[in-house]
Amino acid sequence: MTVTERPGLGLRLLRLLGLPILLILAWWAFSVTSESFYVPTPPRVVQAFAETWFSPRLIDDALPSVARLLAGYALATVLGVGLGVPIGLSVRLRAAAEPVLEFFRAIPPPVLVPLIMLLAGIDNGMKILVIVSGCVWPILLNTVEGVRALDQVLSDTCRMYGVRGRSRLRHLVLRGASPQIMAGLRQALSVGIILMVISEMFASSSGLGFTIVLFQRGFAIPEMWSGILLLGLLGFGLSVIFRWMERRVLSWHWSHRA
Amino acid sequence: MLEVTGLKKVYESTGREAVGDLSFQLDAGELACVVGPSGCGKTTLLRCVAGLLAPTAGTIRVAGVPVTGPPDNMAVVFQEYGRSLFPWMTVQQNVELPLKEKKLPKVRRAELVAESLAAVGLADVPRSYPWQLSGGMQQRVAIARALAYEPEVLLMDEPFAAVDAQTRGELEDLVLRIWQRLGTTTLFITHDIDEAIYLGQRVIVLSSSPTVVLEDVKVDLPPERDQLATRALPRFTELRGHVYAQIQRAKDTR
Ligand SMILES: Nc1ncnc2c1ncn2[C@@H]1O[C@H](COP(=O)(O)OP(=O)(O)OP(=O)(O)O)[C@@H](O)[C@H]1O
Ligand SMILES: [Mg+2]
Repeated sequence: MTVTERPGLGLRLLRLLGLPILLILAWWAFSVTSESFYVPTPPRVVQAFAETWFSPRLIDDALPSVARLLAGYALATVLGVGLGVPIGLSVRLRAAAEPVLEFFRAIPPPVLVPLIMLLAGIDNGMKILVIVSGCVWPILLNTVEGVRALDQVLSDTCRMYGVRGRSRLRHLVLRGASPQIMAGLRQALSVGIILMVISEMFASSSGLGFTIVLFQRGFAIPEMWSGILLLGLLGFGLSVIFRWMERRVLSWHWSHRA
Repeated sequence: MLEVTGLKKVYESTGREAVGDLSFQLDAGELACVVGPSGCGKTTLLRCVAGLLAPTAGTIRVAGVPVTGPPDNMAVVFQEYGRSLFPWMTVQQNVELPLKEKKLPKVRRAELVAESLAAVGLADVPRSYPWQLSGGMQQRVAIARALAYEPEVLLMDEPFAAVDAQTRGELEDLVLRIWQRLGTTTLFITHDIDEAIYLGQRVIVLSSSPTVVLEDVKVDLPPERDQLATRALPRFTELRGHVYAQIQRAKDTR
């Protein structure tokens, strides 16, 4: 159906890798000329990356971080969608809840870390709670918006043809709101990664955020940079997976509007 | 089969009275068309009859049972056909969903879906998505969904207002053929006087808002209709002139 030809493989690779390669070269030039101890050359960082992360550290520090991120994100999804659907469906509930939701959304999630530490301690539970407390708002508010904007004609059609209850939830409400819900999930993913790191910087004995701070304090500068690189790669990987899922869930939506 | 008695609808939000004191009835198996000027309250009437909107006063009965919510034995084809199909479902899934809710066995569902899609001339696109089809084809899917539901009463709200003249003629004949075969009691709403006379056994003429029945015209044309021949009959022209004059008068005395 598309009219435009796909460009050749060479051109596509150039587009994909061109900018990253340029940036690395710029960094290289900068780090070689600079005398600063804090700016290591790329080969040094790559070497530190291999030494630091191809080791038990990957399992002791990186894996728990990712596990907490995924747990918090999943919990926030269940909460956000689970609360967002009834609020979106009921005019009264919405009128009561919306100002409060907007208020909580306006609080920058990192400031909750000290509070949650006091309330929930400094274990895994606290870190997951921090992630949930930040991720839940974009998901919740987007779900409310998506459910509220469901098409009136489609919803009349459901009433007419006896599509009610769970079946209505599944075929009309969740599917109809899915473009908005996915937008909320996408925002929540970046919030989640930030909070994962921050929660570990405050009080922790393991995790990516903890490790980066540890290296920084010990002046292990290339190692610190390698941690930042790993975080970047992690974010990139998760976003690729997310995009792949989104394409499957919303294929109808994009074709429908094209 | 369908009795509307003293129906009145005032929209509370705006205080606007859309339907005045409106009464008519349809016998089982009848096809009646409702015409009225644009914005007179046709859709409001339909939504009340369908049980989607609570009337301010008056009663509606379907097969003797008062309507308080959408009745089980009724299907509707909406004015906004594009928005009444689920874009995330294929044509087949769209037609099949109401049948699943009716708890029909799988084999029977497959039969009904295939039959109704064949009846509207869409047997070859069950796996397409609505947005892959033209407007006329989408409206056919909506009609197929209504047919597969096997309703006793079928309501249609200006179903062909947004399709081109050629397709419109074909769809009109499709509705007539299906009605002649199944004998479903049908209320067909339109603002097009020609269409109303061509399709209906009766034409119910509505006044402008707040709408009441101006006249209930019996269409005494031969039952076999043909796009060219029927429309060329002197009697057709006469009826059209009559209904047209009624509607003009209704507009002037507003
Ligand atoms: N939800 C609503 N709230 C308030 N007023 C409404 C509502 N829906 C319709 N109306 C008003 O009621 C009147 C009748 O509207 P309705 O849609 O029933 O007319 P219609 O005959 O179907 O028009 P059309 O020919 O354009 O389809 C209009 O004046 C409209 O402004
Ligand atoms: Mg209308």
